[in-house]
Amino acid sequence: MIPFTYARAGDEEDAVRLAGTAGSTYLGGGTNLVDLLRRTVERPSALVDVTGLSSSIEDSGGGLMIGAAARNTAVAEHRLVRTRYPVLSRAILAGASGQIRNMATVGGNLLQRTRCPYFYDVAGYRCNKRNPGEGCDAVGGPHRGHAILGASPACIAVHPSDMCVALAALDADVHLRGAGGSRLVPLTGLHRLPGTHPEIETVLAPGELITGVQLPAPVTGERSAYRKVRDRASYAFALVSVAALLGVQDGVVTSARLALGGVAPKPWRAYTAERSLIGGPATATAFRAAAEAELAAATPLRDNGFKVELAVRTITAVLDGLVREERA
Amino acid sequence: MTEDGGPVRINGSPVALPDDPRVSLLDLLREQAGLHGTKKGCDQGACGACTVLVDGQRVLSCLALAVQYAGREVVTIEGLSEGDTPHPLQRAFVEHEGFQCGYCTPGQICSALGMMAEVERGVPSYVTADLGAATAGLDGDELRERMSGNLCRCGAYNGIADAVAETFAGRTR
Repeated sequence: MIPFTYARAGDEEDAVRLAGTAGSTYLGGGTNLVDLLRRTVERPSALVDVTGLSSSIEDSGGGLMIGAAARNTAVAEHRLVRTRYPVLSRAILAGASGQIRNMATVGGNLLQRTRCPYFYDVAGYRCNKRNPGEGCDAVGGPHRGHAILGASPACIAVHPSDMCVALAALDADVHLRGAGGSRLVPLTGLHRLPGTHPEIETVLAPGELITGVQLPAPVTGERSAYRKVRDRASYAFALVSVAALLGVQDGVVTSARLALGGVAPKPWRAYTAERSLIGGPATATAFRAAAEAELAAATPLRDNGFKVELAVRTITAVLDGLVREERA
Repeated sequence: MTEDGGPVRINGSPVALPDDPRVSLLDLLREQAGLHGTKKGCDQGACGACTVLVDGQRVLSCLALAVQYAGREVVTIEGLSEGDTPHPLQRAFVEHEGFQCGYCTPGQICSALGMMAEVERGVPSYVTADLGAATAGLDGDELRERMSGNLCRCGAYNGIADAVAETFAGRTR
């Protein structure tokens, strides 16, 4: 690691003031940042520790407000999350390991960097995220784990979070605070697609702080599921993951909220599939058609074409499972 | 900025925090405190060999900057035995041959103790069928799912699982 200073923020205002210095970075549980520091992928001159800020998880008008410093385990095990938003519990529990979930914060999970191996290998490969404009060695060389949706010729890295996939499906909003004041952005609008500037990953202004995540009240009658497909049964990043919330009445889909992980540079809300589903029959045939409509936009590369069919099958299976659960 | 400073407590004894914020909790344990039981495996959060307990919760000491742990209570493998009497889980690892080379063992044991506390608290896992259930257990795939953050290159998983299951059954009986 290159040298940096360390300061612990006492409150949000303090944090934003401390991070006003160029080269500052916020530090949560450190589970991603410390690794990036050690590899010199991240080279901040100052760390502002925000783990002492709000970690409360509270009812908010039938919805839920989660402080950004809440640890992943604390969210996954919270009674209100398990009963109102089981898809969020399940997604968090699908990610990382017990040890890492005890350390990692909600804010840090939202801002974690891709696990693209080319991004991490400072000495070995070119990466437009690390060194804007130098090129991307992932495009030409083994890339079976990379993006099939939303990527660009400059970057094909995927967003690694499971939690964010559930939050995207749940219509979460993210509370931000900067030097100029506070604002709210939808989670689906927090992360940017790479385009020609993959080094810019979110809409956050320099020094802007994530202070919390807000969830709207659950939709009555929706059933939900999170399924993660990966190379080993546990403790691995997703090849494809699906967060789904589905409402069905008399065999007709009344509401559908769907998001995908492991396939895109950001948590991918599957709006095309949702439009195809709503008002249609709750059948496996219709589910597959909706999944195929979403994946019609896929641009697979040499090694990752399998993800297209895998995503279609996983979406279909998850939705079909929810309907069977409903009938049972 | 707050200074809730003070040392970190390791197995009951205060240890001064490093001046350099780059020092990991793992390096503090091994190089400042002279506690070599906690192992450095991958040093990148992939293997679990460096697992310790902080205020009773299992964490990866390689991904923890020591300066973040002022005033916290750290327990390592050295802090588990009572004098010459090993912890029941340590004894169970010996009885069930829950190791071959032993390098992952301190992390496995600390992780298992943290996991038991999570189960007793009712924390669900990815394979828990009913997230609404108030209690959790180690039946079926639960134990292996919850211990998946600890790798064993020798492949002593069956012995590890047996040792943990037996000790846990003894605790909840």
